[in-house]
Amino acid sequence: MKCARLTVFAALFAALTAPAAMAELVLPWLSYRTGPYSPGGIPTGDGFADYLTLINERDGGVGGELIRVVQCETGYNTARGVECYEQTKGENPLVYQPLSTGITYQLIPKATADKIPVHSMGYGRTAAADGTVFEYVFNYPANYWDGASIAVNHMLDLNDGSIEGKKIALVYHNSAYGKEPIRTLEELSKKHGYSLSLYPVDAPGQEQKSQWLDIRREQPDYVLLWGWGVMNATAITEAANIRFPMENFIGIWWSGSENDVLPVGERAHGYKALSLNGNGTDYPLYDDLKEYVYDPEKFSGDGSSIGTVLYNRGMYGALLTAEAIRKAQEIHGVSNITSVMMRDGMENLVITEETMAGLGLPNFGPAFEVTCENHGGPGIGWVSQWDAHAKEWNFITDRILPDKEVINALVAEASAQYAEEQGIARRCQ
Amino acid sequence: MFYREVGDYKTTYADDSQTFPIRFDRLRYFFVLFVAIAIVPLWIDDYWSNAVLVPFLVWSVAAIGLNILTGYCGQISLGTGGFMAVGAFACYKLMTQFPELNIVFCILASGIVTSAVGIVFGLPSLRIKGFYLAVATLAAQFFLVWLFNKVPWFYNYSFSGQITAPERTVFGLPVTGPNVEPWAQYLICLAFVFVLAWGARNLTRGALGRKWMAIRDMDIAAEIIGVDPLRAKLSAFAISSFYVGVAGALYFAVYLGAVEATEAFGINQSFLVLFMIIIGGLGSIFGALIGAAFMVLMPIVLKNILTGGLNWEPSLATHVEFMLVGCLIMVFLIAEPHGISQLWNIAKQKLRLWPFPH
Repeated sequence: MKCARLTVFAALFAALTAPAAMAELVLPWLSYRTGPYSPGGIPTGDGFADYLTLINERDGGVGGELIRVVQCETGYNTARGVECYEQTKGENPLVYQPLSTGITYQLIPKATADKIPVHSMGYGRTAAADGTVFEYVFNYPANYWDGASIAVNHMLDLNDGSIEGKKIALVYHNSAYGKEPIRTLEELSKKHGYSLSLYPVDAPGQEQKSQWLDIRREQPDYVLLWGWGVMNATAITEAANIRFPMENFIGIWWSGSENDVLPVGERAHGYKALSLNGNGTDYPLYDDLKEYVYDPEKFSGDGSSIGTVLYNRGMYGALLTAEAIRKAQEIHGVSNITSVMMRDGMENLVITEETMAGLGLPNFGPAFEVTCENHGGPGIGWVSQWDAHAKEWNFITDRILPDKEVINALVAEASAQYAEEQGIARRCQ
Repeated sequence: MFYREVGDYKTTYADDSQTFPIRFDRLRYFFVLFVAIAIVPLWIDDYWSNAVLVPFLVWSVAAIGLNILTGYCGQISLGTGGFMAVGAFACYKLMTQFPELNIVFCILASGIVTSAVGIVFGLPSLRIKGFYLAVATLAAQFFLVWLFNKVPWFYNYSFSGQITAPERTVFGLPVTGPNVEPWAQYLICLAFVFVLAWGARNLTRGALGRKWMAIRDMDIAAEIIGVDPLRAKLSAFAISSFYVGVAGALYFAVYLGAVEATEAFGINQSFLVLFMIIIGGLGSIFGALIGAAFMVLMPIVLKNILTGGLNWEPSLATHVEFMLVGCLIMVFLIAEPHGISQLWNIAKQKLRLWPFPH
């Protein structure tokens, strides 16, 4: 009896203990392939893993060091994200990419204390763009406030530079993620004279009937969508149900994937979404991916997401990470870098048009430089539109720059508030 | 053999009415305490603290709280998540408005605030019972979470509605914020669990606990023998909410460090705590602890076995884990509808007679 119980306890104890460390460059990926957010989590995770598989297979890793992606399932749940962080922390990870604004908020103080960088590409805490306060947090190349501003700038372009008196509605995920753009949109409304109305949608977002009823009554000129997971497809369906003109319905880059529009069918035709990165498979890199990853069947997941918007997004995240590793190796002259060295690599990252072309992804993302003060990048984006007949996303604008004057002031204000609350001394002076 | 009373003579009333009257049981209790206080902090690391022990301790407090209300007083509540949110936001407001105030007092004060809110939402219990009361407390759940999401004052007008715990110290050691040592974080939670569990155990053995149980077993009979239902029910709501509020404050300040009302304190958390006490055993402090352990640790154990030990895909492992946890809940409830604590009691009875069962 006693002996059996001891064995059980020993087994439980062993099962609770985190696995041991190995000598490779470890990149944790806090994935979510289950639950209501898996339509977003699966393709992004596949793209991230496949790009790094390619780097390992084709180049033998970065600087001769193989890269190991450690996936940990969070289900988009914050407490699970923390558990994943603690579990993978022992393996000397270089950088965390949580793909969840809630988990990013959670990890910012913890990872900073542990001296591990967090890269929240196009999500997370926008104030982290201020490198003087957030030493270990990066959100280049663009953040939510850039996104909000790009959407407004796009409306300005459509209306010959004036959206005075227009009505804009924001349908958002009622969480830190969805609330992020509100402040910026309010500031911009003062500048451009539009009126803003807010429609929060509670997680997971399958219940939006009442919000869209209100929208039908209020007849806004434009609707912005800040949704994720199953919420996106539901919102587009509801918009189609009230016959809202799709070309006036603009989603953030997390609300513009194939998984969001395909379930709606023909009625989603004309829906617009912002984009951070190039679409489709028409890049030289895809030839290499086919040769080294797809044909030998080394791809992540079931391969169905290859070439989709979010797959490319995940790939872009992996690319920026790999380039930051290269930079860190260059700065410190060692190939087996630590997370602290990785931070230096991220802070000195320079991406040019030539870099992107050299990596086989010409014009895939913007050229930018990260500096000590600016961890947020240039915030450039495009507007793409869904063609439901051809089933593809097409870019309909050139690069759109955000209103950095408004955003920088907001970032400075938000980061100052955080610095004061947490008692952080400013860097880069 | 074990758990034997033979030769254990009680010569004083104090001896006779102690919590653990059997010597072996008492020694085991002191042994567990000794391991928890003196041994565990020596080897605890970030993973064990943040992912395993601290969540277990925090949920234990919430489970004890709900067990007082549901297990002892018989009032079903689905508002646990909302009450935890009250504790968390009260703690955040106190921490940021009064930076000099010691975190221990912040957490206790959050409990008191929550108990006031609990009394208000407990008032309907005087008129309605059972499922109807469950629905009334469900309203509390949705209202409170909505309130903390809607009114910016509660989250100090931050852009995102997230609240982040600043660093606070006890005896000069940080217990909240990112620079906390794992053992300090563990010990502060353990201290709260120990004191609160000890308090709950003694409350439920005393006059108040007997009144609660009288109300639970038959409220009309209890009223006839002189139990005031108003006092009994509202005291159960107040004390239960105090515990739940403290749990919410610990959950926010010590465990997660940053939360948002909708995700951290949703209806799922209310159900989680309810499952804990049902699986652990209604009307038992040990049941609350073992139920919390079961619900918190079982998913982590399964996840580590499936992904770490068997090297499964994380997504497949998660799906299997959901199914296994569900199956285990059913198995335990079919094997023993009164919860794991009842299994423990049966085991103790058997051990008392072992090896001569007759």
